[in-house]
Amino acid sequence: MLSSHEKIEQDPNYQELVRRRSSLGWTLSLIMLVIYFGFILLVAYAPKFLGMPLGTGVMTIGIPIGLFVIVSAFLLTGIYVSKANSKYDPLIRKIVGGSRS
Amino acid sequence: MRKISWLLATLLICAPTLGLAAGAIDGGSKQAINWAAIGMFIGFVSLTLAITYWASKRTVSAADFYSAGGGITAGQNGLAIAGDYMSAASFLGISGLVYTSGYDGLIYSVGWLVGWPIVTFLIAEQLRNLGKFTFADVASFRLGQTRIRILASCGSLVTVAFYLIAQMVGAGKLIQLLFGLEYWMAVVLVGGLMMIYVTFGGMKATTWVQIIKAVLLLSGATFMAGAVLYKYGFSPEALFAKATEVHPKKTAIMEPGSLISNPLSAISLGLALMFGTAGLPHILMRFFTVKDAQAARKSVFYATGFIGYFYILTFIIGFGAITLVSTDLAFLDAGILEKTKSGIAAIKGGSNMAAIHLADAVGGNLFLGFISAVAFATILAVVSGLALAGASSISHDIYAMVIKGGNANEQDEVRVSKIATLFLGLLAIVLGIIFENQNVAFMVGLAFAIAASCNFPVLVMSIFWKGLTTRGALIGGFLGLISAVVGVILSPAVWEVTLGFAKGSAPVRLDNPALFSMALAFVGIWLFSILDRSARAAVDRDGFDAQFVRSQTGIGAAGATAH
Repeated sequence: MLSSHEKIEQDPNYQELVRRRSSLGWTLSLIMLVIYFGFILLVAYAPKFLGMPLGTGVMTIGIPIGLFVIVSAFLLTGIYVSKANSKYDPLIRKIVGGSRS
Repeated sequence: MRKISWLLATLLICAPTLGLAAGAIDGGSKQAINWAAIGMFIGFVSLTLAITYWASKRTVSAADFYSAGGGITAGQNGLAIAGDYMSAASFLGISGLVYTSGYDGLIYSVGWLVGWPIVTFLIAEQLRNLGKFTFADVASFRLGQTRIRILASCGSLVTVAFYLIAQMVGAGKLIQLLFGLEYWMAVVLVGGLMMIYVTFGGMKATTWVQIIKAVLLLSGATFMAGAVLYKYGFSPEALFAKATEVHPKKTAIMEPGSLISNPLSAISLGLALMFGTAGLPHILMRFFTVKDAQAARKSVFYATGFIGYFYILTFIIGFGAITLVSTDLAFLDAGILEKTKSGIAAIKGGSNMAAIHLADAVGGNLFLGFISAVAFATILAVVSGLALAGASSISHDIYAMVIKGGNANEQDEVRVSKIATLFLGLLAIVLGIIFENQNVAFMVGLAFAIAASCNFPVLVMSIFWKGLTTRGALIGGFLGLISAVVGVILSPAVWEVTLGFAKGSAPVRLDNPALFSMALAFVGIWLFSILDRSARAAVDRDGFDAQFVRSQTGIGAAGATAH
């Protein structure tokens, strides 16, 4: 006799859910870390690079880079949420349904 | 009925206090009394007290008190999370930092935002699926309840205490400037209102106060940034050109400046900001107010959007203040201007007032009143969230789980959390008054460092690592907590500036300890877990599989209470 969580662990839907969610979650976390610490390393080691003028005005390359980090945080979160809504939630519903039967 | 008379009594106590303020104007850097601001502030307080009264009628069970019965929607919770996070420190502090240093302000904004994606990817859903009221529910899910709850409470309470002191001192100073109130009156007013919101209305009232304030703050900031851009024909280039022309640092404000001096310091600060967000107890608590993991996930997405948008606005507001405030004699202190010849240094009330003066410059007296009232509301909302998180930790983790061994009567538990709120409120008032003339800027950094070095490692390892044992979590968590506190005391900001030892004598050269305190916590947790051969360790490891299934699927998770 298997306990309820062991039964769920053998459900192929569950295995797919865990595989997909873990790989996406950790990949996106890694991307965010690389983007953010890339930015911090530029601030720490190459402040003059961020101060390079963009075009002929006073706008520097650092402004769009900073904005990019902010926007990327929002977009990465959006990617995760839309994947989770469209792919993971149906899988979870199947697993919950299966565990009741 | 007793509740109504309580609320009325407090209103009556507050009203003359505000009236008295008229006698206390014109002192030094204090602002002239602003009736528009006071009128709008009284409007805000009356509205929130009415909501508190409404919420108090609907706050019966422990679940109502701690988590609003799980009945908050994802959109509402997104605004409330953003409200918790957009403190007066980030609104006035970051716009003030942009005003004095330009680009450096953006570095802080970015750091404060990037923790949110990590919360979404790794923590939000799992937290909702495993816990009920506090993050200690999750950390102690399969570990030894008593010991882990004590650790989590220490982490929560120390984080809350430092954050609370920083907010109270900031509140006192700000209100003194904005409304002409005495410092101690301002601190008592904030502490008193906070106690009313939390003890009577619990999480429901605290959430709605947070939502209203977030909407007001976002609309006010949008209007200000819009007005600034409108003046420059919606051309950021024109705004930056004017700013670099009038700022004494010229084009240096368009690149990283002296704020971050050494690379290791920059990385350490970055770690504290990013992972501290994922360990703040008053933020983690918000995930239990929604009905399920799906709503928890959506709410962080909305919150990330609001917060990111808000930080972009503060950047524009800071630059707007450079061009419109530092060039207008009405906002400058003539004496300082004479000495320094710099409009930036001569701003009345210090750089934290940049956004407030800009409100006057672009919207006149009425809008100045609005933004002042919003700044006050912001502090009130943030301290309420903090007090609720601290009180929950005392009543739910310590009283109900440790002292009563999980068999507490629900009514007693709620009563204990109300008493704890009053105690925390009084403590916050006393500490706020004691620390009036201390430099408390390091305290927010310390709160983030502790959250990143104690709460976050224990939480994330308990969710994802099968090998974690009670002993490992306990030793690693306390190592992180203690090394973070010691690291801050030995850092230049406290050792040299606050304690007054000779410049350059600080034993630790990092302003923020997260780099080594986080590493110590993770290594400690890992090492003492794999060395653990106790009987408890076997139970801890055996419990992981069932916990993991629940964290992924939500089967067995605490549902929303129906009303």
